[in-house]
Parts: sequence; C-alpha cells; structure tokens
Amino acid sequence: MNLLDPQGPVAAANSTILVDSVFIMLAIVVPTIIAILAFAFWFRASNTRARYQPDFVYSGRVEMVVWSIPALTVILLGGVAWIGSHQLDPAAPVPGTGSPVRIQVVSLDWKWLFIYPDQRIATVNTLTVPAGAELNLQLTSSSVMNTFFIPQLGSMIYTMNGMVTKLNLRADNEGKLQGLSGHFSGDGFPDMMFDVNVISPLAFPDWVAATAKTDAVLNEASYKKLMQQGIEKGRPTYRLDDPRLFDLIATQHIPPGPGPELVSEAGRPHSGGHDAR
Amino acid sequence: MLGKLDWSAIPFDQPIPLIAGAIVLIAILGVLVWVVVKGHLPYLWHEWITSVDHKRIGVMYILLASVMLLRGGSDAIMMRIQQAVAYQSQGYLPPEHYNQIFSAHGTIMIFFVAMPFVIGLMNLVVPLQLGVRDVAFPTLNSVGFWLTATGALLVNMSLVIGEFARTGWLAFPPLSELSYSPGVGVDYYAWSLQISGVGTLVAGINLVTTVLKLRTRGMNYLRMPMFCWTTLASNLLIVAAFPILTATLAMLLLDRYLGFHFFTNEAGGNVMMFMNLIWAWGHPEVYILVLPAFGIFSEVVSTFSGKVLFGYRSMVLATMAICVISFMVWLHHFFTMGAGPDVNAIFGIASMIIAIPTGVKIYNWLFTMYGGRIRFATPMLWSVGFMVTFIIGGLTGVLVAVPPADFMLHNSMFLVAHFHNVIIGGVLFGAFAGFEYWFPKAFGFRLDERWGKAAFWFTFLGFYVTFMPLYIAGMLGMTRRMQHYDVAAWRPWMIIAALGMAVLTIGVICQIMQLVVSIRNREALRDRTGDPWDGRSLEWATSSPPPVFNFAFNPDVRGEDAYWDMKVRARQQSLEHDRPEYQDIEMPRNSPTGFVCAFFATIMGFALIWHIWWMVILGGLGAFATFVVFAWRDHDEYVIPAEEVAAIDRVNIEERRGLVSMAGAV
Repeated sequence: MNLLDPQGPVAAANSTILVDSVFIMLAIVVPTIIAILAFAFWFRASNTRARYQPDFVYSGRVEMVVWSIPALTVILLGGVAWIGSHQLDPAAPVPGTGSPVRIQVVSLDWKWLFIYPDQRIATVNTLTVPAGAELNLQLTSSSVMNTFFIPQLGSMIYTMNGMVTKLNLRADNEGKLQGLSGHFSGDGFPDMMFDVNVISPLAFPDWVAATAKTDAVLNEASYKKLMQQGIEKGRPTYRLDDPRLFDLIATQHIPPGPGPELVSEAGRPHSGGHDAR
Repeated sequence: MLGKLDWSAIPFDQPIPLIAGAIVLIAILGVLVWVVVKGHLPYLWHEWITSVDHKRIGVMYILLASVMLLRGGSDAIMMRIQQAVAYQSQGYLPPEHYNQIFSAHGTIMIFFVAMPFVIGLMNLVVPLQLGVRDVAFPTLNSVGFWLTATGALLVNMSLVIGEFARTGWLAFPPLSELSYSPGVGVDYYAWSLQISGVGTLVAGINLVTTVLKLRTRGMNYLRMPMFCWTTLASNLLIVAAFPILTATLAMLLLDRYLGFHFFTNEAGGNVMMFMNLIWAWGHPEVYILVLPAFGIFSEVVSTFSGKVLFGYRSMVLATMAICVISFMVWLHHFFTMGAGPDVNAIFGIASMIIAIPTGVKIYNWLFTMYGGRIRFATPMLWSVGFMVTFIIGGLTGVLVAVPPADFMLHNSMFLVAHFHNVIIGGVLFGAFAGFEYWFPKAFGFRLDERWGKAAFWFTFLGFYVTFMPLYIAGMLGMTRRMQHYDVAAWRPWMIIAALGMAVLTIGVICQIMQLVVSIRNREALRDRTGDPWDGRSLEWATSSPPPVFNFAFNPDVRGEDAYWDMKVRARQQSLEHDRPEYQDIEMPRNSPTGFVCAFFATIMGFALIWHIWWMVILGGLGAFATFVVFAWRDHDEYVIPAEEVAAIDRVNIEERRGLVSMAGAV
C-alpha cells in the first residue's frame, strides 16, 4: 500500500506532486535548520570569538529576504497546487484503453458494496477491475461518512449519505491491491479493508460471467439486510436485480441504514462491535 | 427520577476505566482529607478558590492543564500500545473502548491541556508585562477558569459513569447523531465543551479588553512585548471563533435532544454543514493555541540571546496576518469531499500563504540569535528544539495544503504525525518553555536545571521516535483511528512509535521530578531579585512572586523592552528611586462567584447528559442566582494602605540593588 509505488496514473501524479513539493520545500527548510543550529552553537555565551551585536535588531535587507524566501516558495508551490488541483480533480476523466467500467460504490456499516450496473453484478469487499480501462466511480454512503481510498491508485474521496461523489481512476498493472476507509465510521471501521483485484481486460468478461451465475440476488430487500451494522469477513457476490439500486440509495428512496440496536436504555448501548468479536 | 441513569451506567465489566477511576477517586479523596485534616481548607478557599488575582488564576489554569496532560498522556500510551499489539488480533482494547480513548485523547489535549496551559500563561504574565494591577474583569476571569474546570470534570466523569464519545474529537455527524451514537458519550462531549467553551469565551473577552484598555503609561501598541501581541491576536480569534463552536454544538444537541435535523441524514439535514462550521472554528483554534506559543518563544529567544527581538514590527505584522488569514482556510480539512478544483486550489493556496508570516517568524528568531550571547537555560533549549521541529511540521503542513497530495494523505497517519508535530513541537514545547521561564516569577524560586534539561532531551528525542514512524506509516497507506490492522508493513513502525512513547513518558517523569526536586530545594533555588534571567519586559521589574498589586507604581514605559531600558538607564546614571510617595491601592475583592457558578454548571451539565430534568432546572437556577447575587454586591474592592505598599516595595528594591545585569555592559 506504499504511496510511492503507484499502480495507476492518478496515484502516480499524486505522488509525483507530493515528492516534488517536499523537495521544493526541503531546498529552504534544510538550510534554515542548519542555520538555526549553527547560529545557536556559534553565538553561545561561552564562545569568546563570537561578536556580541546587541544593536543588530533591524535590517531592511534581511527583512526583505526573510519575507521573500517563504513568499517565493509559496508562489512556486501555489502554482503546483493550482495546476495539480485542476489536472487531478477526482472527477476529471482518466482516459484508458477499451470501454470505461462504471462502478457504483456504497459504504455500509462496515463493509464496501461495489455495484457494476452495466454488468448487472455486485460484490462486497472486493473490487475487481480490468487493467488499463478507465474506471468511472460514483460513490455514496448507506449511513455515516467514510472515505474511499485505494492508496496505490490515488485520490481518496468521501462517501456521504444522500450525496454522490465522482472519482475516475485507472489501474495499470494486473495484481492485488488493497483499499480502505480513511474516515472513522464506528466500531467496525478497521474492518473496512477491501481487496482490489486488477485482472487482464481479457479475463474481465469471464469474471463477470462467472460472478453473474451466483444465486444471491441484490435487490432492495437483500440490500437492507446487508446494510445492518456488522462486519463481513467473506467476499459475497451478487447478481444485480435492479440497475437503479444505487440511485435509490443515493436519493434516499431507500432510507439510511439503521444504527446500533439498543439493548438497554442506559448510557452504554451494545453495538455491532460486539458481534465483531 | 434519575433520567437515563441507572447501575448499568457503571462499566463493571471493564476493569481498565474502573480501576483508573478508582485510583483517581482515591487520590482526590486523599488530597481532600489531607487538606481538611491539616487545616489548609481556609487557606485554599481564601487564597486560591475564591481568588480573583490573575496570577493565582493563571497558576490554577496551568495546574489543571498539567493534571489533564497526565490523563491525555495515559490515553496516548494506551493507544500506542494497542496499535503496537493489534496486528492481526484485537489487541487488548475492544473497539468501543479504543474509540472512546482516541476521542477523549483529542478532546482533552486540545480543550483541557493546550487551551488552559496557554490561557494560564497569558493570565499570569500579560498584566505584568503591560505593567498593570490586574486583568479587566477579575471575577469574570475566575468564572472562566472554573467553567473550564467543570468541562474537564465532566469529561473525566464519563470514565466511570456512562461512556465518552466514540466519534473522534470533533464528533462528526451523522456518526454523532442519535441514530448512530445513541449512548451518552456524545452528550458528555458536547456539554463539556459547551460549558468550558463559555469559560474560554469569557477568558478571551477578558484578555482582549485587558490588552486594549489596560496598558501602563507609555505602553503604546508598538512597545508591547511580543507575547502581549500574540495574546491579543489569539484572544481576538477566541472571541471570533468560539461562538461558532458553541452554535455548532448547540445545533448538534438540538438534533440529539429535540429531534431537529441540522446534520442528520434525513429530513434535509446536511453533514457537510457541520464539517464547514466545526472547521471554521477548528482551524482558527490551532492558531489560538500556537500564537501564544510564538509569543513565548519570542520572549525567550530575545531574553536568552541578550538582544531585542529582531524585526519587531515585522513580527507584529506577521502575527496579525496569521490572525486574519487563519479564518480563510478551513476548507483544507476536507479537500476530499469532492468540491471543484477551483475551490480546492484557492483554499490550498490560502493555507500556504499562512506559511509566509510563519516562516518570517522563524527567520526573525534566527536573526535574534545572530549576534547574541546565548545562554542555554532550559527555556532556550525548548525554543531551539521548537524551531527545528516546527519547521518540519510546517513542511508537512504545506504539503497537505497541496490538494493532490492531500488526496493521498488526508486522514492518514501522516496527518496524525503532522498535527502532533506542530502541536507538540509548537504548542507544548512553547508551554513548557513558558512554564520554565515564568515559574520563578510565579513562585519565587527557579526550577532545577538538570532535571529540566533531561526532560527536554527525552521529550525532544521521544517526539521524533514516536512521530517520524507515523509519517512513514502514513506513506504506507495507513489511515488513522485503526483499532486493529492486518497489514504487515505497518507493524514495525507501530512498534517503534510505541517505544518512542516510552521515551516521551520518561520526559514527562523528568518534568515531574524537576518539580518535586525544585520544591524540595526551593531555598537553594530562591530568586530574591525578581529577575532571574536578566529579563527585558516589565514582569521582571517586580518581585517574585509579585505582590497582589503587582507594581507599587505603574511603571513608566519609554521604549521597547521596557525593563531592560530601565536597567540600562539605572546603570548609566546610577539612579535609584528617590523616596517615592506611596499611595493607597484599591484591589478587587475575592469572590466565590466563579466556583459556585461552576458547581451549579456541573450539576446542570451532568443532569442534561442524563436527562434528569428537575436537576437541570435546579443547576440552571443556581448558576443564574449566583450571578444575580454577584451583580448586587456593594463592596467590590478593598484598599491596601500606602504604608503596607511601601513596606513591600522597599524589600523588593533592597533585594534588587545587588543585581548584576548584562544591561549595564551595553
């Protein structure tokens, strides 16, 4: 999950900006730290060779320099930020080979649901994508907020109930990656890690066909069961009954997921976290 | 009768909070019994609890912060151990407990450690630096402190009665709404902050008024010590920002108590509204904390370099620039919400702009040291340690202000490392520097230098060993608030961080030892001159500890570094005061208003949390009645006769005569 080992163009661009910014800043930070330590050492009271200059309290030239150094750095970095924000807007297209794959992501308490509306399938806690294709993600949440984050593909984004965020990604190399949530969402939060299988574009239709053979069907009723608080250790897959399911969730036609079941009226309700263990 | 409160509120099944709570309870009871048996109660009541003396209140603020630092620090130790052991296992803390701990850690460290520490130092020092006898509203000052203490008490009560929030220190909805957090945890959080927030606001109004209206003769704005400027900026921010927090939490409470829908998922509530509002307070908040720390470093660096602060006007400008810009950057806390690129870029650049005045400050401290004669006493060590550490925190801060980089680092361990880097390296180091620097002023004896230096080095190294690994874990994709994890690559860094925590703990122990050793050796460490560091500003012109009226005469200020200036002139003209005419001094009377008001506020807060409505009414009426009684009192001042002032002041002058100062060598 190393950020410096990107597996797609978005992550590569994100981490390039990250590394470049660090080096731009190091160019002034390192000399400054050295100067602090050097001045502090040289002007120690016990050093008789250092000249005491109590009247050196203002110098227009020094002021000029000390305002300009950070200002110039920020102007440079501000440019990086402006250009980077526009090029790497999460909703900006990421051209790829073959036709784009539409994926609808729903964060549940405490698992991830991935709906492939065009393929009429859905998976939980595994995201399978073809290498090289543009991935058009639409994201929402069944209840509380989360962030969707695949470190090696880049660009974390919020999932919020009643709202849809957009994110375009591309995975370039076949292999297994991991994703997770970055926004604390309750007791099962650490178990919201999910697998990302990047497979060859040729194998993708086979995977879709195999997945579609499952008996489990995702519709409003089974979705409501799925959105109960709890942790999913397995990797269930579904045939998608209604391709508009995501819209029903995002527009709150399916009401937000319930919270913990109250066991007692007292201050410490027992929550889903207990079943987790 | 007791609302939601019954025996199931006590976590009998969880040994850790129960034992911790029992120990604390026994300790408190033990101290109380000792106080009563030894007959210290009248002293405590008259000299401290009802005191409206800004110095006493400042000391009590710092004491509160220190005690809460131990509580928040214990939380930190538990978290670091949990993350070190919870690899492919549940560790030793179940989620509902771990989640309370990180929420409490954040809440306590910001609201009940950092805030009272800096407000305490400002209270203690600012009136002295301004050359005045007290703050603008002495009784209100006491109210502010006691309300802050109420908040701290409620947070600690949640340890054994009920639960604390499990939502993180900002209690984001919808997780913090009733449907997802039905317990009393969020209520404990919100009511503690509402009550202590009133205290903070009151303290802010008081200090702003003090700086603006109560300066001694000749102390115009551009002669004020830097700490007074940062106090002004910080308290302006408090006055502007804390009402936002109060309003935001009030809306959350309306959602939870009366079925409103400000931030719910349903019925048109908007969670992002909460995000915006809480950060509109939350970002200025970090500058509320760090600006006073900048002021402390300015005082310390200048004093121990034996020089006037370099580029004073530039520093003032930088401080006020930070004060204003800090209100315009809140959105950088949620770049990942999917706003458009223009919004992200504008807020990203605005955030970077704050780095300019901050960088200027660093360079001005650097050039203050240039050509100085630097004495490496403990406060100066903290300051140099701060400068080095804070630059690194600034670098990572500007990094997360670049939206595309933030898309990778948002809410990661990298971010956790960043804000600890600036809050520990900036605020905490500053608080410790100020503590070491002004302790002799408050108590009349110095702190032991050897333990102080040991504390610095352990804390300094411990900080790096704890938080550098968290930067790396963040670069490895680890997000924050993980109760357990299965990623092998994160494990070694979590173990190193836990070891670093052990080093930090040794630092804290050294700090405690320093206090113990210094109190035992106080006669040897006694400072009779009132000016142990060869200081430059007016707080050093009076005795240590200062008399209740601070100055027998309001000092006459003729330039920057007022006291240094006086010393130079005194040396050059070998002048002493010629038989001054002492006059009666009027000082504000002690008042139990603050304590009584906070007592009722505690009852009201507790009752609100547990829905005990009759008790809410009782507490509310009590608190209100306290104010009415206070408003009707006839005698609010007492007179210290001129002879007594003269006697106290002559002793001070005698002690000071033998003072050898660098000031004369100029």
